[in-house]
Amino acid sequence: MFEIDWNILLPSLVVAGLVLVVLCVDIIRPDNKGGVSGYLSLLGVGVAIWVSLSLWGRSPTHGLGGMLFLDNYALFFNLIILAGTGLTIFVSTGFLEREEGGRSEYYLLILAATLGMMLMAAGADLIVIFLGIELMSIALYILVGFFRRRTDSNEGSMKYLLLGAFATGFLLYGIALVYGSTGTTNLREIELAVAQGRVYTHPMLLGGVALLIVGFAFKVSAVPFHMWAPDVYQGAPTAITGFMSAGPKAAAFAAFFRVMVASLGDLSGDWSGAIWMLAALTMTVGNLGALSQRNIKRMLAYSSVAHAGYVLVALVAANERGIAGGVFYLLAYAFMNIGAFAVIVALGRKGDENLEISGYAGVGFRHPGIGLAMTLFMVSLAGLPPTAGFFGKFQIFSAAVEAGYIWLTVIGVLNSLVSVYFYLGVVVSMYMRQPVGQAHAVSMTPFARVALLTASLGTLYIGLAPTSLLQMARQTVSALL
Amino acid sequence: MAVATSHYLILSAILFSIGVAGVLTRRNAIVIFMCIELMLNAVNLAFVAFARHLGQADGQVFVFFVMAVAAAEVAVGLAIIIAVFRNRETVDVAEVNLLKW
Repeated sequence: MFEIDWNILLPSLVVAGLVLVVLCVDIIRPDNKGGVSGYLSLLGVGVAIWVSLSLWGRSPTHGLGGMLFLDNYALFFNLIILAGTGLTIFVSTGFLEREEGGRSEYYLLILAATLGMMLMAAGADLIVIFLGIELMSIALYILVGFFRRRTDSNEGSMKYLLLGAFATGFLLYGIALVYGSTGTTNLREIELAVAQGRVYTHPMLLGGVALLIVGFAFKVSAVPFHMWAPDVYQGAPTAITGFMSAGPKAAAFAAFFRVMVASLGDLSGDWSGAIWMLAALTMTVGNLGALSQRNIKRMLAYSSVAHAGYVLVALVAANERGIAGGVFYLLAYAFMNIGAFAVIVALGRKGDENLEISGYAGVGFRHPGIGLAMTLFMVSLAGLPPTAGFFGKFQIFSAAVEAGYIWLTVIGVLNSLVSVYFYLGVVVSMYMRQPVGQAHAVSMTPFARVALLTASLGTLYIGLAPTSLLQMARQTVSALL
Repeated sequence: MAVATSHYLILSAILFSIGVAGVLTRRNAIVIFMCIELMLNAVNLAFVAFARHLGQADGQVFVFFVMAVAAAEVAVGLAIIIAVFRNRETVDVAEVNLLKW
């Protein structure tokens, strides 16, 4: 009989329990529109954040038959994921009411996806990482198509499903080949097998690694596996688009970094060239694609592709500063991007989501608070000081220079310059164009205000006083190197 | 006569390639979905072959997880495809193209 260290499971158990509670609420009160479930979910997410913080700084352990890790790395990602979930729920309450799409399954699915993401960040075995990815993805397929009478929502959902399942096939084949060549799916044992040269056939292992990279590249929307991102981001309900760009992306990177650096780090000579190409392509195609977009959700989708490229630069560097920078950047990105989507939700009306960037003309004068917040998020996404985006990008690029990847850094910085054009285009539209048509009153629920305020303060705080959070990010690195 | 592990692996690779080719060339969402299932089952075959070769149960256990997840994915996937069909009366991925550049 082996002892179970419950602490390892605790953060996931809280969220799993929450999923069941929300499910029961739905059974007891089938006519509810999701209000109660929303409040309960917020409460539970708060508890999960508190639990994750209270476990911070313990010596890293792994348990449950070597299936899960409990280390600062997993806990830090729990915080990113839970912050993303919490902000999304704050934004969603008013959004669902306005679109009259409120059902409590919505929160159930968001929480199930959150649980999957937490398992991806904590997984110590490829089985757990696979199950986490699927739990997250299946919940997201449904959420993207949540407004089932809207053709764009369904269509996004179908494309996401087909391409997501296709990517899962590659990921699984990769896992099978790694299993066949090392004889295990446990990340620590894979690391040992590679280090000691107990590899059945080397070419098969490399084939497996290549397929794993393809699978993960789909999940983080890296070019050339990004085709789904613009369609899915545009089709999904706006609150869900914000959710998808923060948590799931961070969780996919969590698993990607852990598998590549911790388990397959000894093979980095073989894979870093491939990731180099992916990073350079992802940054360039993402930013160039965003230049010509008129729809703000589609523009932010390409921007999200480009940001995946910046984080891939951190994976290429794969040194202490790089990993800390990548982790830190994902936290900053969660705040600024969900903030931007909270603004998009606030500026839409029922039946007219007002998604054209030209429709933002004059917003800065009509709604000064919202205009100011949007300016902050756009400046941060563009990576200008004194915001979170600048500091994160600075960490990643200096790590790449430290590791000797000068050209990749040059490509990254040039891309950042290009991105300033389309991010500030939104600001120009808000402040320097004459508004067309009548002014519409913006009615934000108190919850949506809280979300917008939290995201703005988070973006500013991370940019102005990054020391303590960066310190936390550095403490996560020992799990991988 | 015992069949060598490599035969299973070659069969698995062939099935996987057929699945990939089908996904890339077919236009009907249901057929694409069936090709994805073929890819997953090719992976299952590889797992079982490796497990037998290594004399372990790990690979076989993995297959159970893959099958369970694939079943869940099919349930959700068919529901989504039906929702698309109700709105547009087609599941041809070339015609389902509201969202473009």
